[in-house]
Amino acid sequence: MVERTPIFNAICHLILFVGLLTALLPFAVVIIAATHDIKTVNIVPMPLMPGHDFMANIHEAWVRADLGRKLFNSVIFATAVACGKVILSAMAAFSIVYFRFPGRSLIFWAIFVTLMLPLEVRIVPTYAVAANVLAPFQALLDVTGVTWLAAHLAGLQIKLQWGLLNSYPGLVLPLVATATGTFLYRQFYLTVPEELAEASKMDGSGPLRFFWDVLIPLSRSNMIALFTIMFVWAWNQYLWPLLVTTDPNFGIAVTELRSLIPSEFGLPDWNVAMAGTLLIMTPPLIVVILMQRWFVRGLISTEK
Amino acid sequence: MGSIAIRNVRKAYGKNAVVHGVDLEIASGEFIVVLGPSGCGKSTLLRMIAGLEEISSGEIAIDGRVVNKLEPRERGCAMVFQNYALYPHMSVGENIGYALKVAGVPKAERLRRVAETAKIVGLEAFLDRKPAALSGGQRQRVAMGRAIVREPGVFLFDEPLSNLDAKLRVAMRAEIRRLHRRLGATSVFVTHDQIEAMTLADRLIVMNGGRVEQVGTPAEVYNRPATRFVAGFVGSPAMNLMEGVVDAHDVFIYDQTRRVALPPSLAPAGARVALGVRAEAARLVPAGTEGSLDAVVDFVEELGAGRVVHTDLDGLSFAVAIAETTTLKAGDAVGIRIAPQDVHLYSAESGLRIDGKAAAPAMAAN
Repeated sequence: MVERTPIFNAICHLILFVGLLTALLPFAVVIIAATHDIKTVNIVPMPLMPGHDFMANIHEAWVRADLGRKLFNSVIFATAVACGKVILSAMAAFSIVYFRFPGRSLIFWAIFVTLMLPLEVRIVPTYAVAANVLAPFQALLDVTGVTWLAAHLAGLQIKLQWGLLNSYPGLVLPLVATATGTFLYRQFYLTVPEELAEASKMDGSGPLRFFWDVLIPLSRSNMIALFTIMFVWAWNQYLWPLLVTTDPNFGIAVTELRSLIPSEFGLPDWNVAMAGTLLIMTPPLIVVILMQRWFVRGLISTEK
Repeated sequence: MGSIAIRNVRKAYGKNAVVHGVDLEIASGEFIVVLGPSGCGKSTLLRMIAGLEEISSGEIAIDGRVVNKLEPRERGCAMVFQNYALYPHMSVGENIGYALKVAGVPKAERLRRVAETAKIVGLEAFLDRKPAALSGGQRQRVAMGRAIVREPGVFLFDEPLSNLDAKLRVAMRAEIRRLHRRLGATSVFVTHDQIEAMTLADRLIVMNGGRVEQVGTPAEVYNRPATRFVAGFVGSPAMNLMEGVVDAHDVFIYDQTRRVALPPSLAPAGARVALGVRAEAARLVPAGTEGSLDAVVDFVEELGAGRVVHTDLDGLSFAVAIAETTTLKAGDAVGIRIAPQDVHLYSAESGLRIDGKAAAPAMAAN
C-alpha cells in the first residue's frame, strides 16, 4: 500500500516502541541484577546502574547449579528432541501425503487428535510407560491369560521390564511425536507440485529416493524453521524432565534453575539466580540467531 | 524398438469412465500426436502408457511386452511434462543427469552423457544454473534434455508447449521435429492445439469424450474428417456445419431458400444429415447469384495473409475465408457458393461420415 499518513505512522511507531520496551525491560532488569552484589540487589528499588560483580555471580551460579553438566544435558536433550521431531514429522507427513493405504484418514485424524492431548494431560500414563516400556505388553499378556498359562503350565513367570527413567531416551522419546510438525510438513508437501513426484517416478527413483533426493532438499527452510521452534520448545520443557530424571547426572538446566532460586528463609541472592537465568537462556538465543540467518535465506530464495 | 500396442484400453475412476476402449498400433519411430479438447482422456491415455495411471482394463504393450503391471522406470519411456516438473533445487546438469544417477551410471559417463545431451538441446552454457534462473523456453529444453539423456525407446509429451508464448512455441515445435528426426524414437505427443498437431504428427489421433474419433495422417484428418466432431474440431476457422435433409435429387435442403447440390447418390433421399464446408472451400459471390446461399456479413476478420468473412444465415454463422482484400462490411448481403466436391456429409444421428465414391479423389488433391 502506498499511503502518506504521517500522523498514523507516528502513532504506529509509538505503539511499537512501547511494545518493544515492555518486552525488553524485564530482560534488562535480569541483566542488571546479575551484575550487582547481594546487598545492592536487595535494595528497594533496585539501582538500575550495572554493578561490578557480573563474572563473580556467573561463576557462583555455574558452580552451585552444576551448570556445565546440566547445560550439556540440556543441549543433548533439546537437540535430540528437535531432530527427532523434524525427522519423525517429515516421515509421517510423507506417508500421509504420498501413499494411499487403508486407514490413511484414520491415522491422519489420530495424529490430529493428539494436538488436543499435550504431554501434561497424559503425563501419568506416559510416566508409567517410561518406567517400564514393556508394561503395555505385560498388561496385554496378563489380560489374555498368557501369564497365568505360562505360570501354571511351564512354571515360568513372565515379567517384562525395560525402564527408561533417568536416561536420555527416557527424556527424549516421549516428546518426539509432534502433530504440529506433521501438519507443517503435510502443508509443505501439498505445495510441492505433483508432477515432481511423477517426474522422479519416470526418472526411475522409488519413493525413498524421491523423499531423500527431492523432498528433503526442498524442505530445508521448512526443516530449519521447525528445528528452531522445537529446539526452543524442548529447551524450555520443565515438567517432564523434572519427573523422569531423579538422578542429577541426567538433570537439565531449566529444572536446575530452581535450585538457584532463593528459598523463603534462605539467603536472598537474586543476583546469582539472575546470572544463572542468563546462562540458561543463552543457548536457545544462539540457536535462534544462528538459524534465523538460514531461515530468512530459505524464505527469500526463489527456488520454487 | 519403441513400438506401442494399445488394446481395448479403458480407464475409469470408480464409476466415472474417462477412456472407453482405445485400440491403437504405433509403429517404432513414429511421431504420433493425440489431439482433443480438454477432458477428452488424451492425457490419461498418455499417463497410462507412462505407467503413472493404472489401466482399468485392456492392455498396453511396448515392444511386444505387456507393461500393465510394470513400474514406470521399467517401461523404457521418458516423459516431458506440461509444467516441466524440473527439480528446483538441482542445477540444469543435475536435473538432466538425475535419471542416470538413480540408475547408478558411473559419474564420468554420466557427465559425458549430460554434456552430450546439453549440446543437443543447446544448454551447454547453462549447466550450472538453477531452473529458477532460466526462461520458459530454456526450462522446456531442460525437460527435454532430461528425457533424451536416458535414450528411451518412447518419448511421451504431455502438452509440453502450452506454457510458452506463441513465438517460442513455433520455435520449439520445429526443434521437437528436428529432434525426433535425429533420435528416431517413437514419440507420443498430447496437445489440444491443432496447429501443433498438424505440423508435428506423422499420424494424428483425434479423441473426444474418451473415444478415438479418427486416426490418420494430418492431411487425411483435415481433408476427410471421419466424424462430425473431427470436422468441427480440426481446422481453423472451424468447418461450417449446417443440419438439414437430403431430397430425392441429391440436393441438401437447409431451409426454404437455401439448398446445396450434392455429389450424385452420396446420401439416400430423406436422410437427416449435417453438411460441412471448410471456410477455405466456400466462395463468396454477389447476393442473389443462382445456386448460392443468401447470407449477411456479420464481421470481417483481417488475418494479414487472408481474411475470414463471418456471415449470418438467419441465425447460423458461416465463415468464408478469402485471399483477396474486400470492401465488404457488416450488413452487406452476399451469396455463398458451395461446390459439390467440397461437401462433407455426416449422419445427423451417428455423426459418422457419409462417404460416396465421388468425393474422395477430388479432396485428396487439395
